[in-house]
Formats: sequence, C-alpha cells, structure tokens
Amino acid sequence: MVIEFYLNNEKKKIDIDASARLLDVLRENFGLTSVKEGCGEGECGACVVLVNGRAMNTCMIPVASIMGKSIVTMEGYKHTDRYKAIETGFMEAGSVQCGFCTPGFVMATESLLNQNPNPTDDEIKEGLSGNLCRCTGYNMIIQGVRLAIEKGAGLW
Amino acid sequence: MVEAFRPQNLIEALYILSENECTIIAGGTDLMVQRARGFALKPDFVFPLLFIEHLSELKQIYNNSNEIHIGACVILTDIMQNEIIPEIFKEMIGKMASPPTRNMATIGGNLCNASPAGDTLPYLYAVNAKAILQNANGVRTVPIEEFITGVKKTCLQKNEILTDIIIPDKKFDVNIYKRLGQRKGMSLTKVSLLGLADISKNRIRDIRIALGSIAPTIVRSSDIERKMINKSLDEIKQISYEISNQYDKLIKPIDDARSTAKYRKKVSLNLIKHFLENL
Repeated sequence: MVIEFYLNNEKKKIDIDASARLLDVLRENFGLTSVKEGCGEGECGACVVLVNGRAMNTCMIPVASIMGKSIVTMEGYKHTDRYKAIETGFMEAGSVQCGFCTPGFVMATESLLNQNPNPTDDEIKEGLSGNLCRCTGYNMIIQGVRLAIEKGAGLW
Repeated sequence: MVEAFRPQNLIEALYILSENECTIIAGGTDLMVQRARGFALKPDFVFPLLFIEHLSELKQIYNNSNEIHIGACVILTDIMQNEIIPEIFKEMIGKMASPPTRNMATIGGNLCNASPAGDTLPYLYAVNAKAILQNANGVRTVPIEEFITGVKKTCLQKNEILTDIIIPDKKFDVNIYKRLGQRKGMSLTKVSLLGLADISKNRIRDIRIALGSIAPTIVRSSDIERKMINKSLDEIKQISYEISNQYDKLIKPIDDARSTAKYRKKVSLNLIKHFLENL
C-alpha cells in the first residue's frame, strides 16, 4: 500500500506492507533511530512519537493508519524551543542515565504539556505513566519536567 | 505482503466486507500485539486487513433522545474529554492503560476484543448498553451481554462492522468503581467492581453491580439487584453479607499470571459488601 504522510514536517511517500509497524518503518526505512523498541507491546513507551501532536506507541501502529497524518520524532522535535526547555530541564535534574527511554519521555512530556501546560506532580506522573525508566527511579524525570515548565514558560 | 483495504467511507467498508473475509483493525493496540512476531518483523495476519479507524462515520459522539451514541472508532482519550459522557465512565477509562495507548485504542476495539478484563465493559453492562452492527444490507441492535458471547468471542458476523455503542444519557446518585491491578499505570485488571445506585428518601430506587475479570464475561445479576429495590440503606447494610454471598456462584475466576482464583473471589465478594455498606 502506498502511504503518504508528513514526517518531521516533510511530505513522504512509501510503498510498504500496510501491517508493518510504524516503529520499524521509522527505524529501518527512514533511519530515525531515536525511536526505540523496548517491549514491543505498548507497555514501555520507548517507541513513543507524536502523531498529529499526540503521543502514541509506534510498536502498535500499523503503518497504513498514519495515512495523511503528521509524525514528529525526536529528530524533528529537537530543533524546537520547546525541546530546548525540556533538554535543559532534563540535564539539570539528572533525568537521563542510560538514555534509552529518554526520547519516549521527551515525546510524552511534549504531549502532556501540549494538553496541560501547568500540570501538578500527580498529573505529570499520570501523563508519563506509559513510559518506563529502569535507571532514574522517576523522581529526577518528574523534577526535569518541572524545570522544563519553568524554563519554557509561555511556550506551551 | 498481506492484502489491505483502506476504504474512504463506511459504505465502501461494508461492501469490501461483503466480498472478502477480513480482519478489521481500528486502533491496533490489541491486534498488533496479539499478532506480533518480534523485532523488525511484520505482524502475522492471516486475512486481509480492513482499516476503519479513520472513518468519520465511526468517530462521532452525540446525544439523541436520552441516549448517547459513541462511534466505535472514538479513541479513549476523546471519550474522556467529551462533556456529555457520564463522569464515572470517564473515571474508568482514565484508569485504562496509559495516555499513549488511550490516544490510539478505540471503544469499539475494547468490545470486539471481548476480553474478560476489558475495562469499558463493566460500565456498558451496568447501564444496559447496546451495540449497533451494520452489514451491506442493513443494521441490527444487540444488547451488550448478547454481543459478547464468551472469552474473546462476539456475535459479530464476518460481514458486519460494529459502528456505534449506545448508552443511556443518565447519571446515578452513587457511583463507585474499584479496580485492582499490579500497579496504577499500564496494568491489566485482576478484579474490578462498578456499583451504581439511585437513592431517594433513604431507599434504593435503582442499583447495578457489574464485576470484571472474574468470569468469562462481565458478571451482573438483575435478579439479585431487583431484590434490593425499595430496601432502606440500613436494611441493605444488614443483609450485605448475605447479598454478596448470592454472587458467589456467579463469580468464576481463574488462576493466571496476574492473580489467583481464590484471591479474585474473596476480593470480589468484599468489594460487593464494601459498595453496599457505603451507599
């Protein structure tokens, strides 16, 4: 099936098996390796990207579902001011250790703040509840999101 | 390469189904995992895929003469954010999976997957929801408890699509939802109870109890509920143990990776008592 969609704001077209996982298409066909495979069953959030601005698990998306939609991965998102705020917040709070889960957490943070620019700590936990991190114990990530909100005031 | 159809509208989708046996795929959150074969491998689908998630006819929420229609392909996040949906149903959906999964998963998918642990189902059973099924020749309406016929089984025919779920536009005075999982986020339900009741002048006017994950399908008993109508809250408290015991035979849990049958039974009966004692 020929799928046309927007990838990091560029129009793309690919002829591919409709049931291919978006995760594999982004990594294998477009070389976007920020998208990680952790569990492959929607539990860990390492493969989260933005689809029309909302966080989704790409391991569970058949590629035909993204026809006409806009996909943003870390490779595109990293050029935004919002990303800079999250990056600074995460760096200062020590939110990154091995880094494998980080792209997914950044995407989930963007999706959360886009819906709710001033979340409580409980709302941050809920917003990031689809992402697993085996290094930090989460407190530093929540702190990182808090700092990103301060540094990016007015951006969301 | 698996054959796939991506129709432009519902009529085209129904026509495709009348000519082909297909696997219907909406959000994909159950099917893509159930059919997954691992890293960088395409999922293993046997039948051609019919993509319906994008069909606007299946994505509406509206109310119409005391009923709320929810399109089968409305994603869980959009149900939670819709103001005409009863709060208790939103609360239940907010406890499902995680935000990224709720951005993909559809209510119709939760019905068609027909898991004993489907977390929209206790509500749909409690309020006597109806499922609207369409094929190329017509429409039929099926009560939820007839739509789901067993574990992972529904009455959906090969040429039919579940198009709408209808719930009454009604709020209850008492709404209690308890859901046990291994942790808060991203866990499948071990046991759940939804209790709804209307009370006036200290007496029960309407009461519904639906239990999830403790039998092949949701457990609800109109017979037991009827016996509680017009009883005072004090009377209910006195007989709460007796009533919970009437559910004993209906609760048929299994041992699995998440919990044991014995634990599930005990907790279910305790939750029923808890609901009745806190009306």
